[in-house]
Amino acid sequence: MSGVRVLVGTKKGAFILTSDGKRDTWDVAGPHFGGWEMYHLKGSPVDPNRIYASQSSGWFGQTMQRSSDGGKTWEVIGNKFVYDGPTGTHQWYDGTPHPWEFKRVWHLEPSLTDPDTVYAGVEDAAIFKSTDGGRTWSELPGLRNSETGSKWQPGAGGLCLHTILLDPDNHDRMFIAISAAGAFRTADGGKSWKPITKGLYSKYLPNPTAEVGHCVHRIAQHRSRPNTLFMQKHWDVMRTDNAGDEWTKISGNLPTDFGFVIDVNTNEPDTIYVVPIKSDSEHFPPEGALRVYRSKSGGHEWEPMTKGLPQKDCYVNVLRDAMAVDGLDKCGVYFGTTGGQVYASPDGGDTWKAIVHDLPAVLSVEVQTLR
Amino acid sequence: MMIRVELPQHLRTLARVGEEVHIEVSGQVTQRAVLDALEMQYPALEGTIRDHVTKQRRPFLRFFACEQDLSHQSPDEPLPDAIATGAEPFIVLGAIAGG
Repeated sequence: MSGVRVLVGTKKGAFILTSDGKRDTWDVAGPHFGGWEMYHLKGSPVDPNRIYASQSSGWFGQTMQRSSDGGKTWEVIGNKFVYDGPTGTHQWYDGTPHPWEFKRVWHLEPSLTDPDTVYAGVEDAAIFKSTDGGRTWSELPGLRNSETGSKWQPGAGGLCLHTILLDPDNHDRMFIAISAAGAFRTADGGKSWKPITKGLYSKYLPNPTAEVGHCVHRIAQHRSRPNTLFMQKHWDVMRTDNAGDEWTKISGNLPTDFGFVIDVNTNEPDTIYVVPIKSDSEHFPPEGALRVYRSKSGGHEWEPMTKGLPQKDCYVNVLRDAMAVDGLDKCGVYFGTTGGQVYASPDGGDTWKAIVHDLPAVLSVEVQTLR
Repeated sequence: MMIRVELPQHLRTLARVGEEVHIEVSGQVTQRAVLDALEMQYPALEGTIRDHVTKQRRPFLRFFACEQDLSHQSPDEPLPDAIATGAEPFIVLGAIAGG
């Protein structure tokens, strides 16, 4: 019997939501780590019982947790994230040089092949790797020390590395995204990185087509087509079919192309989902109606998914790591809101239902498909 | 010497201990000696009270003892005798903040 486990990180703890393959009735467990900011939880693709979690607090800093039994019990793992070598500087908000300072782990990406290997995307932007199940962490310094690193500047949310995509066909290739530096690719396991921003246009930059400075909110990939990436940028929904060498705009008929999340249907690599947000100064859905927009053509043509979602008086946001898809047929789609709801669609977006209504503000949503 | 240390709730949960822990400190009893021993006995607390590298106190934490705020003392200054004898606890607490 198949099932799903939804890992929800919130501003005040983590919750684990489970259901069978019908995805109709749900059990809610938690809060785990009550009172802590849980930026992200993610399970190993090769050992679903192995889950990594980022736990942080304004008082106590960053701690890390690991479960080996699917989230029933947890153990503290290493939290020593120290930049490799001289820290150097990036640009501060006022344009002055500012030393790199570790603040928190935004995103965890377990290896596709080894449950003890996991990557961490952190603020101030850098990527760390552990090969011992999270006990120790080492920076891959080639990213921070790359040619453009000293020009990176934080967005309002901080200089955060929030997206890590591992190429399933080439273990040396990874894609990452940083707000507000842009998107980068490595072809040598993280030793060297190249900006992949050709085709991006950001009118808030002095040079709108600059190599770095684009505020990328999220990138998504379908495992069967690792050269095709979909991006939700600060404004604009973008697509590349050559691993980021060039991007094209696919916003099409979206009511607004500002937003944070983007994801790809597990069974249909050209079916993608976004949640349009009114604007960069009004972080809520247009007209107070929460709508997931789905494109079945890889962009350009979008249709609103509204069944089961609030269509009036809804002023929540959906943050960048708060959408995920399961691996069942039909593909389940999940997202969490700053209002504490987690919505699930068991039919690829056609209909929606709130699994839970009243959690703390949701920071991240991940799904594990259990077979 | 056996030193009593009081921890805030979140650190108790993290270290899986009660409100007060007892730690053995050899030599002069200073903030640094107490925190080194605390982290040695409870590795889960490493990095949560002091920065891993600089060993600076996290900004929203305070160290109280004997009705004094010792947060701004040098970490190498001897703590009051009442701490060293175990008569009073060394208190780690989170500064009050909203939200």
